Amino acid sequence: MSNASEKTGNIQLLSDTLAKAKSEDRAALVAYLPAGFPTVDGAIDAVKAVVAGGADIVEIGLPHSDPVLDGAVIQTADDIALRGGVKIADVLRTVREAHEATGAPILVMTYWNPIDRYGVERFTAELAAAGGAGCILPDLPVQESALWREHAEKHALATVFVVAPSSKDERLATITAAGSGFVYAASLMGVTGTRESVGNQAQDLVRRTRATDGARRGLPVCVGLGVSNAAQAKEVAAFADGVIVGSAFVKLLLDAPDLPTGLDAVRALAGELAAGVRRS
Amino acid sequence: MSSEFFIPDPEGHVPNAEGYFGDFGGKFIPEALVAAVDEVAVEYEKAKDDPSFAAELGDLMVNYTGRPSALTEVPRFAEHAGGARIFLKREDLNHTGSHKINNVLGQALLTRRMGKTRVIAETGAGQHGVATATACALFGLDCTIYMGEIDTQRQALNVARMRMLGAEVIAVKSGSRTLKDAINEAFRDWVANVDRTHYLFGTVAGPHPFPAMVRDFHRVIGVEARRQILERAGRLPDAVAACVGGGSNAIGLFHAFIPDTGVRLVGFEPAGHGVETGEHAATLTAGEPGILHGSRSYVLQDEEGQITEPYSISAGLDYPGIGPEHSYLKDAGRGEYRAVTDDAAMQALRLLSRTEGIIPAIESAHALAGALELGKELGKDGLLVVNLSGRGDKDMDTAARYFGLYDGESAEGESK
Repeated sequence: MSNASEKTGNIQLLSDTLAKAKSEDRAALVAYLPAGFPTVDGAIDAVKAVVAGGADIVEIGLPHSDPVLDGAVIQTADDIALRGGVKIADVLRTVREAHEATGAPILVMTYWNPIDRYGVERFTAELAAAGGAGCILPDLPVQESALWREHAEKHALATVFVVAPSSKDERLATITAAGSGFVYAASLMGVTGTRESVGNQAQDLVRRTRATDGARRGLPVCVGLGVSNAAQAKEVAAFADGVIVGSAFVKLLLDAPDLPTGLDAVRALAGELAAGVRRS
Repeated sequence: MSSEFFIPDPEGHVPNAEGYFGDFGGKFIPEALVAAVDEVAVEYEKAKDDPSFAAELGDLMVNYTGRPSALTEVPRFAEHAGGARIFLKREDLNHTGSHKINNVLGQALLTRRMGKTRVIAETGAGQHGVATATACALFGLDCTIYMGEIDTQRQALNVARMRMLGAEVIAVKSGSRTLKDAINEAFRDWVANVDRTHYLFGTVAGPHPFPAMVRDFHRVIGVEARRQILERAGRLPDAVAACVGGGSNAIGLFHAFIPDTGVRLVGFEPAGHGVETGEHAATLTAGEPGILHGSRSYVLQDEEGQITEPYSISAGLDYPGIGPEHSYLKDAGRGEYRAVTDDAAMQALRLLSRTEGIIPAIESAHALAGALELGKELGKDGLLVVNLSGRGDKDMDTAARYFGLYDGESAEGESK
């Protein structure tokens, strides 16, 4: 902890990973898994399994009591994690051990209040020290994000903003100008969860996002919400720089009779999705 | 332009353009809702300046709601408050039985102006849900109400009223299964259905512009009360008092008195089983600044920013947040906020019923219990206006169990 302020975050690793996928003519596979679910160590094992299966980047969920943007699957996992007593210290340990074991860029995804309460400087310093690459904060809109971005930049952490099909072009421009790492394009209007189809809103949103100055500078655009299988991953990979999958992994862990079975299923799905994101 | 019944904040100094009352407020919302929330703000700004909006809302307030609401002096009740004169602002006499209809009619008109055909809302005690279902019936809008499962049980009468009015009522089973969770679920619905849906938010919390807009629709309470008390008592009151959950009836009463620096603004929060027990919903008394449901305000939370589960016997006050303008008034020293236990509120509920023939809602009974103490502090020359925000019909099952009013059943509350 004494050298916490000396160690910088892994935003460069995140950018390099996305660039490498692009050079291989494929989209990156981004996986989401909540910390503390089913246990802190179980979640760390799940990150290892998903990277072993082929995920390039992992988002670790910091569970919140009021996950307004999450559907039933992630709500249930968050609930289990919080009842199990998961703390921010456990989330940071998850980031550290997952990154050390896999070498993959690890982001944290959460709501703003836990970080506001913990302290922005303290959180960004500790996340960077743990080897984290950045944060996705879906309820922190760009106009409220100045303090966060100041500290994130100081510690070399990415600020990944979410854009939605309802985002107007001028907002897309503001967001891509302020964001770093990549842009998270929500494929549809709704909360997290698996869907039958991804729909055509995503492709239009990616096109409009790419047309902004920020994206033209090279900020990748990854698509999430509703993607759960290889066919959908392939569809999205045709027009996006990355494919984000969350609830489908969490559901496998929820439905598994025990952790080893769940980990096998997570690894297998990651493998299928990793094959899906290849364009050729 | 305004009518006698719709007079938006004439000072216009708060909130600022970003929706902040001092350090509190703002707009902490997902990107998917930014366009919709901005649309509400733009449409409300237009409506505020449109004489036809004020005229139509004023007409509804008079001929549908029944405004102005009475100001009733309660001398037999006041005998228990040290002899101070107490007047009740009778929002319980409004159509649907509470102050909630004031805001609902304003937002329903706004919904129509925006061309949306579906309304969603959260409800705690069911009063906002009933008012919303009522307006949707009146305007021919589809209506879905989210209500915590615990609240659907303790306010079953209001669930039946909403369904009678044609609304779909969804019992929310997540989290603490109360008001906070109903709001979470309503936000999830809004994100998915925002094209045709307006979220008719029921209190002075949420993202900008809701805290200021909902306040403006309730300002009529204080505007009327101020005029009425001047006519009846010949002077301004020493204090105005209201219960505080999210804070809409309180800000509605307080706001017209804010420039009257000699008038104390006193809000009474639910202390549940006692603030010291941890089983309460006294957000301003025991909370810390944080972000919940789209704005920065005082919040009941732990040291890691997880929202803690609130408790109150009153479903309408059982909420771990508070409107940002109340946080601003507290920190500015203009508003005073105190906590009242379940038991004190229930005793006040019975006292008003038996001394004045008025059965108040359990929410409003918190303000009445507070007024008994405040009256004693003010003494015989004291003059007090208390907002009777709702009537108690919906609470008869809870009260009957508490006091043992059903044949063959003993009191659950008083034996404790």
